[in-house]
Amino acid sequence: MISLLIRDLKLAFRAGGGFGLGLAFFLIVTVLVPFGVGPNSVLLSKIAPGILWLGALLACLLSLDRILALDWEDGSLDLLATSPLPLEGVVTIKSLAHWLTTGLPLTLAAPLFGLLLSLPEGGYLWLVLSLMVGTPALSVIGTFGAALTVGIKRGGLLLSLLVLPLYVPTLIFGAELARRGAEGLATTTPLLMLAGITFGVIALLPFASALVLRVNLR
Amino acid sequence: MMPDLGKYADTVLSAYAVSILLLIALVWWSIVAARKARRELDKVEGHRNG
Amino acid sequence: MGSIWEYANPVKFSRTAGVVLPWVSVFATVALIVGLVWGFFFTPDDYRQGSTVKIIYLHVPAALMAINVWFMMLVTSLVWLVRRHHVSALAAKGAAPVGIVMTLIALVTGAIWGQPMWGTWWAWDPRLTSFLILFLFYLGYMALWEAIDNPDTAADLTAVLCIVGSVFAVLSRYAVNFWNQGLHQGASLSLDKEENVADVFSTPLYVCIAGFVLLFIALVFLRTRTEIHKRRAKALLARERLG
Repeated sequence: MISLLIRDLKLAFRAGGGFGLGLAFFLIVTVLVPFGVGPNSVLLSKIAPGILWLGALLACLLSLDRILALDWEDGSLDLLATSPLPLEGVVTIKSLAHWLTTGLPLTLAAPLFGLLLSLPEGGYLWLVLSLMVGTPALSVIGTFGAALTVGIKRGGLLLSLLVLPLYVPTLIFGAELARRGAEGLATTTPLLMLAGITFGVIALLPFASALVLRVNLR
Repeated sequence: MMPDLGKYADTVLSAYAVSILLLIALVWWSIVAARKARRELDKVEGHRNG
Repeated sequence: MGSIWEYANPVKFSRTAGVVLPWVSVFATVALIVGLVWGFFFTPDDYRQGSTVKIIYLHVPAALMAINVWFMMLVTSLVWLVRRHHVSALAAKGAAPVGIVMTLIALVTGAIWGQPMWGTWWAWDPRLTSFLILFLFYLGYMALWEAIDNPDTAADLTAVLCIVGSVFAVLSRYAVNFWNQGLHQGASLSLDKEENVADVFSTPLYVCIAGFVLLFIALVFLRTRTEIHKRRAKALLARERLG
């Protein structure tokens, strides 16, 4: 299991693995927003948590098809399926690798981008916390979407269509947590809900992903 | 015969028009698809027997 | 392929559908016409909402169906996954377009109704938002069916998507509730059903709901049979090609 994780991480860091791509996309979204809504820093600081969450979510979405597509194409997914490792485990490792190469860097970079959007002083901690708690859910849900569409040629757009509605609860609670934190409001409820979603998704969704992957490998 | 819809006539009529149009389109589409499937099946089955 | 369900049961289903379909269609048409004509021509205006209250005869049945069709798809998906009953999977496939049209009617009539009542076509009211999300779920579900060639794979994948989607749809409903209350406290736009519907309005409403349900049943029978025919034609063609 560990070796699979290490292998996936190595592949991601190597050429064309898309490690930096998500971050670059996040940066571009953040830079483009003021062009779209104007440089008014009062407005920007008000919408900053939402924009940063949305940017992170889209950056995450962008790299989803890489989770399984490459392994599908070169047949290593078939090998993994026949290996003693349960497919649920494989899927979880894939999600973890995706989070380590996408969600975690995005979380760590978010405060920097918060500066660009004049995020209020007290909001940084909550922004990082909300992303830290929320992005694993994005990776796990995304893996489910990737498993669904892995057999479809040019399934990228379909993948987005399937995954985006599933992201709604995570986005709502994540952005709400970051926003409340930035405005100094009570944060317990959204934090608990967000954590609940993440843990629930981590516990249950790999079974669905593995089931779907088995169907696709049939 | 026509009831007095008052100032909301446009609202009510457009709601009815859009909904009924959508329902008719759905039924129409279902029937056309059913006919097409039936025709194709008959053709294939005709092949086999004939 | 080649299981007993593939031919035996679908044939039985087709036969049943052939018997039931004309009756259900007639009842659906009668109920819809009676309900809508009654609602449109023979109900008084509401003292607060004026004549717009007549929209209720489309809006509420469509909204009810939008949710119940998804629920029916969830049940048939489960039956497919557990029992491998082909008709079940095809019924879910056939129901989805009906469901999305119902959702669309609910959304559109809601927007048209909301314009004079709330002064806006669209508000991010929890209910409205939930229906928009439901619409997206239907869209994704249908897109996945279309994207996969192998019918059994498509049935499996869409069934799992339907189940996972149901969980997330419920989750979204709560999330959206929370989110909107968090944004504008007290500014409720909800139209409380109990409050609106007096007896004069409720009887034609029940007739309309019955009409929508019957229409849905008729359409599902028809569309499922269509899918069965399509698959049978495909299977026969494939066999022919093999020799």
